[in-house]
Amino acid sequence: MLINVPKASAVKESEITDEKVYNQRRDILKSMGFIGASALLTSQPAQAGFFTSDDKETFKTRALEYTPAATSQQKQAFTPEEKIITHNNFYEFGTAKSDPVENAQQFKVNPWSLSVEGSAEKPFTLNYDDLFNQFPLEERIYRMRCVEAWSMVVPWIGFSLAALIKKAKPLSSAKYVAFETLYDPKQMPGQKNRFAGGGIEYPYVEGLRLDEAMHPLTLLSVGLYGKTLPAQNGAPIRLVVPWKYGFKSIKSITRIRLTDKRPPTTWNILAASEYGFYANVNPEVSHPRWSQASERRISSAGLFSRNRIDTKMFNGYDEVASLYQGMDLRKNF
Amino acid sequence: MAETYSFKLKKAHLPWLKLVIHLGALLPLLITYYQAFNDQLGGDPVTALLHFTGLGAFKLLLLSLLITPLARQFKQGLLINVRRLLGLYSFSYAFAHLVSYVLFDLQLDWPLLLSEIVKRPYITVGFVAWIILFCLTLTSNKKAQRSLGRRWQTLHNWVYLAVGLVALHFLWSVKSDVTEPLVYMFLTLSLLLYRRDKLKRWLKNRINNTQISKK
Repeated sequence: MLINVPKASAVKESEITDEKVYNQRRDILKSMGFIGASALLTSQPAQAGFFTSDDKETFKTRALEYTPAATSQQKQAFTPEEKIITHNNFYEFGTAKSDPVENAQQFKVNPWSLSVEGSAEKPFTLNYDDLFNQFPLEERIYRMRCVEAWSMVVPWIGFSLAALIKKAKPLSSAKYVAFETLYDPKQMPGQKNRFAGGGIEYPYVEGLRLDEAMHPLTLLSVGLYGKTLPAQNGAPIRLVVPWKYGFKSIKSITRIRLTDKRPPTTWNILAASEYGFYANVNPEVSHPRWSQASERRISSAGLFSRNRIDTKMFNGYDEVASLYQGMDLRKNF
Repeated sequence: MAETYSFKLKKAHLPWLKLVIHLGALLPLLITYYQAFNDQLGGDPVTALLHFTGLGAFKLLLLSLLITPLARQFKQGLLINVRRLLGLYSFSYAFAHLVSYVLFDLQLDWPLLLSEIVKRPYITVGFVAWIILFCLTLTSNKKAQRSLGRRWQTLHNWVYLAVGLVALHFLWSVKSDVTEPLVYMFLTLSLLLYRRDKLKRWLKNRINNTQISKK
């Protein structure tokens, strides 16, 4: 008999919402106008042709092959897909939550180039197809906690960042990992116009300590809900660090650089007193303008649902605590 | 010479003007709540509600403060008759804003509400503005006006403080790119600047009063 003991930090049955919504995802996709994706799901050849504007105006996702997560025999443990793909912070496409889904539909992800460079013996570059073929893909169901005190449960698909870094053979001088989002003002209205992009300096940059980057929980995601990532969620490849606030999980990455110095990070540059380098989820350290002690779980339940829950240290991923032993997390927030 | 355009607001126009205000203020509010209850308000209907009601209250408050300058500039004395209605709608939006925050965002976590009001300056100023608007709403009827006498005007001058606090509340609540709240701040200051003489007089009286009471 196989006894499966889930880790304490794993997403629990009680966090599970709405099987109905998952099953309805074809309808949702159709209603949102994702013709390409729904065509794939119904295993019909895409009908969108020369004369249909749908072909040009919607971002296409496709089904992925991956190892399902052990905890998700029933495909239901998540925030509804419709919420995950319409409630996004991606300032490159606008600052309102609904801007990215509106403005990212024509985003081109193929060809793509992701370079892994810096203090490494074997730097390399991945093209679009490499993102899906170089490393075996697996599903990981993670809680995602935004610094704005809302959260989701997302079925990501991807591979460990550690696998990618190991392939580059880091030198002993490598202490940090720096990430960079695509810089392409032609495609990203927020980069073209300072007001549309929330006054942020682009490209968006993020960083992790090497040991954080090598932690088995740290994921490079290329998909969610069984398919490639929608543009607004950071296609074609993004970072997911589930024990840190969402803004650390940089989207649409083009450059990963191993370095001996702590790299600058976008929100830290913008407001160092509000957003630290570590940005670990921590109910004890409040944001200057709101408490982080609790959060609202985004679900399909109505306005009156009691979906405010206590925030847990490291977003509930206690296994990372050893990374910060001896550190004062009030100072190093 | 072309004939000068001379529209004069008449008593008979007032019910129509009020109807326009009722529809313009009430309908969007009802539609937005309908959408929120039916989950048609994007990924997070709670935030959408808070932004809509908050900004709506602010817009209506600015409109109500625009009435006096408009009435004077265009010599439309009767326009003053809609000022109270706009003010009441402003508070209605502010009421919906606070109720939505407590009910849907904090979900009746009263200790959290108290600590947020005390600890977060932007919520503190927002709450103070709410209290002021609440007091003005309670004393907005003729009866209160009569019984308060001269003090009624003094009380209702607090609206100038309230609108300043609302502008600050908005500015402080924005995470990055303060363009929009700065535009609103500019509008607020313009409307306050229009009353600079009144505010100066009021300030002078205050100072005189305190000096007299000290003697």
